[in-house]
Amino acid sequence: MKASGKVIKYGHNVDTDVIIPARYLNTSDPKELASHCMEDIDADFSKKVNQGDIMVALNNFGCGSSREHAPIAIKESGISCVIANTFARIFYRNAINIGLPILECRQAAEEINEGDYVTVDFLTGDIFNETQNKKYVAKPFPPFMQEIIENNGLIGYIKKTLK
Amino acid sequence: MKKMTMTQKILAKHAGLDYVEPGQLIMASLDMVLGNDITTPVAVKEFRKIGLTKVFDKEKIAIVPDHFCPNKDIKSAEQVKFIREFAKEMEITNFFEVGQMGIEHALLPELGLVTAGDVVIGADSHTCTYGALGAFSTGVGSTDMASGMASGKAWFKVPEAIKFELKGKFNKNVSGKDLILHIIGMIGVDGALYKSMEFTGEGVRNLNIDDRFTIANMAIEAGAKNGIFPVDEITLDYIREHSKKPYDIFEADKEAVYSEEHVIDLSTIKMTVSFPHLPDNTRTIDEVGTVTIDQSVIGSCTNGRIEDMRIAANILKGHKIHKDVRCIIFPATQKIWKQAMNEGLFDIFIDAGAAVSTPTCGPCLGGHMGILAKGERSVSTTNRNFVGRMGHPESEVYLCSPAVAAASAILGRIASPDELEEI
Repeated sequence: MKASGKVIKYGHNVDTDVIIPARYLNTSDPKELASHCMEDIDADFSKKVNQGDIMVALNNFGCGSSREHAPIAIKESGISCVIANTFARIFYRNAINIGLPILECRQAAEEINEGDYVTVDFLTGDIFNETQNKKYVAKPFPPFMQEIIENNGLIGYIKKTLK
Repeated sequence: MKKMTMTQKILAKHAGLDYVEPGQLIMASLDMVLGNDITTPVAVKEFRKIGLTKVFDKEKIAIVPDHFCPNKDIKSAEQVKFIREFAKEMEITNFFEVGQMGIEHALLPELGLVTAGDVVIGADSHTCTYGALGAFSTGVGSTDMASGMASGKAWFKVPEAIKFELKGKFNKNVSGKDLILHIIGMIGVDGALYKSMEFTGEGVRNLNIDDRFTIANMAIEAGAKNGIFPVDEITLDYIREHSKKPYDIFEADKEAVYSEEHVIDLSTIKMTVSFPHLPDNTRTIDEVGTVTIDQSVIGSCTNGRIEDMRIAANILKGHKIHKDVRCIIFPATQKIWKQAMNEGLFDIFIDAGAAVSTPTCGPCLGGHMGILAKGERSVSTTNRNFVGRMGHPESEVYLCSPAVAAASAILGRIASPDELEEI
């Protein structure tokens, strides 16, 4: 499982209110959510994002509300993977549960710049910055979470365990 | 036998284990699964994908349409209709219509649906509120809610804990909100990331139950998985009055291991305000300077309980809201509403020139009932002051206690109630 794309970069404490403002939560349609993703801190995000792009941020990405609409909006925008120093815990759970790949890697998150071209292998945690010719290895998922990912998210996992 | 914190003990019991350690992944049984009008529609869609025709227990699910309710627009109405039909189909007993509903985290404890020793998940980040009653409760997303409704279980990584040992008691006009804002300012918005915040010490008995709800409620604003209080006579008085459910009291072992320990003397806590745009951007009231305001919001799952209403009324009594300020007050449940009305608090609010609303999360998340225009500022007893949280991305929210929100509404700028006594 690999992804490659251009990096869109943000800073510390990107909260779920800026990922998808509550004024748009009167719908759960992924396309509509994606069209407003990040707009309060990056008005051009939905125009500049391309399928496969990689989002990179610093500490505590996804803090705040539990709205699953946040990872849904990011995923539907075309973002293939989010790399951050750390993720807020509910966002972390939600991303795994809906199948948005995320990786925690401090060195990569700090050194990768906006516009760099990056390749990621979710299974090994390998991150390669082609623009800067630098390699990083993210913390691998514990086996339990790998099982959720292998079942295409929590619902697939639950379906299997309830059988 | 290895020693455990309160959170470890509750999780161990619900995982059917004698001992769990921080970092361990467990599958725990759930006593309550909660959702609201924003998160439940997504959960219902995910639940349908599992292909079940029944929920795990129709009495252990609570659905509270409170965020955009009473329905603010057609889309919100459609979302509530969708979850109402699901609740009917699944015969979910705890679905609360406008008229019975309140803000979920005030409503569930009041109805006795959560109690000491419970494990609760809610598709709302402020589900951590019930830690005030000695429960393990935590916010999750909609997919976790769906799988919880299906299986009655959720996976958790057992958290490390930070201990906050409280001593002494608050000075006048200082309350639980000031303490939790002080703590968030001290440790940061990710200071307790993935961890449990455990409050202990002789100072706990000087915190009323509403202070404890406020403090546990904002554990998430420090990134915590949960916040939790020991069960004492104050907790038991509340539980006996509100709940018929059996409760289970867990106590942390004296030798339990914490990743950090803080000792806080409550008498040293000053009134505290979080400046935009993060809850950890705190200043004590004497450091605020002159910040004029356009709005003052008093309410929410953080500060919409009866003690909060009394504090606000006590300060507003005999005063007028500043001519440039809209003051909007939101009692969090119908019961609190009636109690505030019967105690004569509404006379004080309305005579002062404040508006009193039916229960709703409304302005806290920029939903409705008090949205800010570009450049406007609000003091608010809510829990988040992120960019655009209460309206326009260029508006500003300053988090504070009901006492500071009331005094600021009168003076037209962020102010201490002490100033009113000096007038």
